Amino acid sequence: MESAKFSSRDLVIPGDVLYEGRIRTGDNTHRSEGKVVASRIGLVNYNRDMVSVIALEAGFNPLTGDLVIGEVTDIRLGRWMVNIDTAEVAALNVIDAIDAPFRPDFDMTRVLDIGDTVVAKIVDLDRRRTPILSILGRGLGRVNEGFLTRLTPSKIPRLIGKKGSMVNMILNQTGCNVVIGQNGRILIHGRTREQEAMAVKVINKVDKEAHISGLTSRVQEYLRILKEEKR
Amino acid sequence: MASKSGIVSRLKRRKIHEVLGAGNRMDGRALDEYREITLKTGVMEKTSGSAEVTIGKSRVLVGVKVQIGRPFEDTPGRGVLMCNAEFTPLAHPTFEPGRPGANAIELARVVDRGLRSAEILDFDKLSLIDGSKVYMVFVDIYVLSYDGNLFDAASLAAMAALKTTKRPVHTVKSGVIKLTKKTQALKLRKSPLAVTLAKIGDNFLVDPTADEEEVLDARLTVTFDEDDNICTIQKGGSDGITVEELHKALELAQVKVAELRKYL
Amino acid sequence: MSKAKKTTKKKRTTKKSKAKTRYDGRKANELRPTTIESGVLPNADGSAYIEMGRNKILVGVFGPREMHPRRFAKPNEATLRCRYHMSPFSVDPRRSPAPSRRDVEIGMVMSWAIQPAVFLEKYPRSVIDVYCEVLEADGGTRTACINAATVALVDAGIPMRDLVSSCAAGVMDGKVVLDLGDYEDKEGEADVPVAYMPKLGKITLLQMDGVLPVKTFTECVDLAIEGCLQVNEIQREALKKKYGISEEAEE
Repeated sequence: MESAKFSSRDLVIPGDVLYEGRIRTGDNTHRSEGKVVASRIGLVNYNRDMVSVIALEAGFNPLTGDLVIGEVTDIRLGRWMVNIDTAEVAALNVIDAIDAPFRPDFDMTRVLDIGDTVVAKIVDLDRRRTPILSILGRGLGRVNEGFLTRLTPSKIPRLIGKKGSMVNMILNQTGCNVVIGQNGRILIHGRTREQEAMAVKVINKVDKEAHISGLTSRVQEYLRILKEEKR
Repeated sequence: MASKSGIVSRLKRRKIHEVLGAGNRMDGRALDEYREITLKTGVMEKTSGSAEVTIGKSRVLVGVKVQIGRPFEDTPGRGVLMCNAEFTPLAHPTFEPGRPGANAIELARVVDRGLRSAEILDFDKLSLIDGSKVYMVFVDIYVLSYDGNLFDAASLAAMAALKTTKRPVHTVKSGVIKLTKKTQALKLRKSPLAVTLAKIGDNFLVDPTADEEEVLDARLTVTFDEDDNICTIQKGGSDGITVEELHKALELAQVKVAELRKYL
Repeated sequence: MSKAKKTTKKKRTTKKSKAKTRYDGRKANELRPTTIESGVLPNADGSAYIEMGRNKILVGVFGPREMHPRRFAKPNEATLRCRYHMSPFSVDPRRSPAPSRRDVEIGMVMSWAIQPAVFLEKYPRSVIDVYCEVLEADGGTRTACINAATVALVDAGIPMRDLVSSCAAGVMDGKVVLDLGDYEDKEGEADVPVAYMPKLGKITLLQMDGVLPVKTFTECVDLAIEGCLQVNEIQREALKKKYGISEEAEE
C-alpha cells in the first residue's frame, strides 16, 4: 500500500497527500492520519527514506549560524536591537560586538548607531527564540557602502547555489561585491551603477525563476546577454 | 512615511545622495522622469465613476459616487463635493488599519483643494430643492499599494474618475423627487492635476519613490489647471527652499504636468 | 422594438417563482463565475485578488511579525488577525469608511474559519495579519474573503494543513440554491455560509440567517460543501498559475 502520490519536482499545495505509509517527513511536510502531507507550496522531493517540499514561498526561519543583514532600531543597556525581519527583534550584546564586557561609561553609538545597517551572524536563539547576534568575525559589522535589495528568503539557497556557485558567478561577472543574508536581504556594492544595476537584474531573474530547473545555465546566459547589451 | 520605527536607514540615505551626486537615481531614471504610469477607468460597477492609476508600484483606486443629501447650512442652494482618502493596510507593512492618519488626511485635502480651487463643478446647478436636497459628489481615494508619490497618482485618478462620472438624474415635481432612468455626465469646468517634486540635497526629483520620500529634505506638490494656472500648492518636508529653487521647481512642474495630462 | 420585448421577457422569468433557472440564469448548484489571482500586491508578504460574481476583493497577508501591543501576544502560538473592511464605494448608497459592527464580527468569524488550517504553534508570540478590502460587494463577501485569504496565506509561505474553501447555499423561492448573489441574499428565505477543509473534512465556518426546517438546512450545508469543493479547484489553479507560465517555458 505504500506509495508516492507525485513525482519528484512536481508542484504541490498545502494539504496535498505526498505519501501513504512509513517514511520520514522532511521540510515543509507534516503527518496527518498516517499520511505525509505538504504544508507549503513548493516542489516535492522524494528521497530513499524521506519526503520533503522545497518551499517556493516561505518567510525567514532563524537558525544558529545564519548570516543575516539587519538594521539597528534601538540601543538598550548593553545591547543593540536589530531588525532582521523576524517576529522577535534580534539582540546584539556588547560582548559579541567588541569582545569585551559592557561598562556603563562605554559610548555604544561609537560602534553602532540607530539606523546603521549591520552584517551579523546568529550565534544563539534564546528561550523566547529571540535571535542573538554577533559581529565578531571577518566580513561582519557595520555596513558603510552599497545598498540593500530583497529576495524571498526561501529562494536564498538558489541565489547562493551549490557551494556558492551561483553567487560566485554573479560576483565574477558583474564585478560587484554581494553579501547574501539568509533573511532575504542582499547587500550590493559595485564600482559603477551599471555593475550594480546588472546585479539587481540577475537577482530579480532568480526571484522569478527559482523553481525551474537549469537555473544556473540560464543565469549564465542572461549575464552574457546583459554584458553584450552594454557594449 | 518611513519605517515603522521612524528610523531612516543611514546606508539608504548615503547611497541615494551618492547616486544623485552623479546625476542618477537608484532605479536608473533621469531626475525629471516619471515611472511607468497606467490608467484605467470604469473599473468599479457600483460607482458613478471610477479610475485606477498605477505609478510604478504605487496603486490608487478612486471611486466617485453621486447621490442626494443635505446641503451645508451656509450654502443651502449648492451641491457638495467631498474628498476622502484611505491608506489601506494592504498598501505597505507600516500602514495600520484604523482612522485615517495625518498623511491620509493631507492627501485627501490636497486633492480636494485642487478640485475646489479650480471650481471644477458648478455647485449651483447641483441643487434639487434649495435648503434640503442637493447632489453630493463623493470622491473616495483608496490607496492599495504605496511606493511613493501618492499625490500625483490620486490627483490623476480622481480627475479621470470624475471625467467618466455619470450622475443619476432626478425630477422634482411639487416638492417630490423622482429618480429617472437617465444618467448625465458631470459637467467639469476645469481639469486640475498635481505634480510632486522631492528636494534631496540640491536636486529636485520628479515622482519620488518611497525610499526617496523617506530621505527627502523638502517636498513640493503643485496643482495646475489646463491653462497652467496654479490651483493649489503644498510644501512638505522638514527643510526650506529658496526663492530661486521655487522658480526652478515651478518651471519643471509645469513641463511635467503636460506629460501627465496626456493620460486623461 | 424587439429589444424591448426581450427585456420584459427577462423580467418575467425573474419574478416567476417556479422558474427553472435563477434570476441570473444559473442552475441551482452553479457557482457564480469566480477567478482568483495570487501574488498581486508588491508590499505584502502574500496576497490574492478574487472576483466571485461581482464581488471584487483584495487580500494581503503580513507576518508572522511582532504583535503590538505586546500584551495581546499569545506565549504558545501566533495570533491570526483577520480584518474585514468595505470600501466606501463598494455598495449603494455610499457607506462610511469607519468599520461597522458587522465588519468586526465578520473579521472574527473569518479568523475562526481559517485558523484550524494554519500551524500557528510554529510562531509563538507573533501575529499574522490578514487584511481584506472589499472593493465591490455583491453578496457572499465573507465566503469570497475566506477563499482569497487562504490563497494569500499560502502565497505568504505560512505553513498550512489544508486549504480552506468557502461558499454559501440558501433558499430562494423554496428552492435550495448555491452561492447566493446580492439579490438572492436579500430576497431569499435563508442564507448558509460555510467554510470547509476538504482534505480534513471539517466545517470551519457555519452561520445562518432566516428560518428553515432542519432537513432543508442540512440540504443547504450539503450543497454548500459541494460548492466549497468547486472553489477548492479554483484556489488550487490560482496558486499554480503564478508558477505555471514559467513551467511551460521550461519545455
